[in-house]
Amino acid sequence: MTAGSRTSEPSHGRVKRWRDRLVAYGWLVLVWNLLWGDFSWANLLGGLVVAGVVLVFFPLPPVTFGGRVRAGPLLVLVLSTLGELVAASLRVAALAVLPGHRPHSAIVAVRMRVPSDLNLALTAEVVSLVPGTLVLDVDRDAGTLHVHLLDTHGSRQLAENKERVRVVERRIVRAVGSAAEVRRLGRPAERGT
Amino acid sequence: MVGTVADLLAAVLLVAGALLSLAAGIGVLRFPDVLDRMHAATKPQTLGVLLLLAGLALRLRSPSDLGMIALVALFQLATAPVAAQMIGRAAYRTGRLDRALLETDEVDGPAPH
Repeated sequence: MTAGSRTSEPSHGRVKRWRDRLVAYGWLVLVWNLLWGDFSWANLLGGLVVAGVVLVFFPLPPVTFGGRVRAGPLLVLVLSTLGELVAASLRVAALAVLPGHRPHSAIVAVRMRVPSDLNLALTAEVVSLVPGTLVLDVDRDAGTLHVHLLDTHGSRQLAENKERVRVVERRIVRAVGSAAEVRRLGRPAERGT
Repeated sequence: MVGTVADLLAAVLLVAGALLSLAAGIGVLRFPDVLDRMHAATKPQTLGVLLLLAGLALRLRSPSDLGMIALVALFQLATAPVAAQMIGRAAYRTGRLDRALLETDEVDGPAPH
């Protein structure tokens, strides 16, 4: 699935790809300068050369950004992710240190409501950082995440954990998704497998 | 005065980060199978590194170091889940997991109890 095949006008898709490449180019030059520790003409020129080589020899897969960034929901996403990272760390650390505990775990499949590549990737990243969940596998065609749950008991907790994954997805789509993707969130969740 | 407070805060953050990393290490040793261990290797470890970096940033306080620290934090957040997922997937596909610990496995049918 390429960016071009999704858009109706091929030239529009090409413009988007060039925009994506330019963003990546600028980012790589910035990283190069940060790695050297200061901004100078030599670092800037070196960064331009190295970033160009990287982009030519390791071309980007066509994961294009179709949505727009909303500041408020993005702040919610960042803060809640940080908060959950702290909670998750303390919980897993406690499980690790407390004596005589044998965690029960489970593997569940959660279907995403917005099965775009970008959303799958972002959700998988964040889900691995929040409490008790770890993404094992991504079924790209079905838009499904296979999630490993640490320390879960009974079907009620299973359902709660699945809902948590969907909450993460909702936060991400609200922060960076397109208007059409946000509308899809309003639909009732499809019955997960 | 501000420097002393920052140094104190830095010390607290460094110790907290080290403790979390220690807990992550204990978790990797004590959890029963690969998948459980990856939980320990992602969450407390990531936060531990972030706290250590925050402590370092408060102690060093120079712009070039801050840029480097921000990069380390960003790549840590971006790569730790990916690494854990690769290892988890490899473990799952090669069957290196303890099915007796699983309540359910919706990918491959319910676990035999």
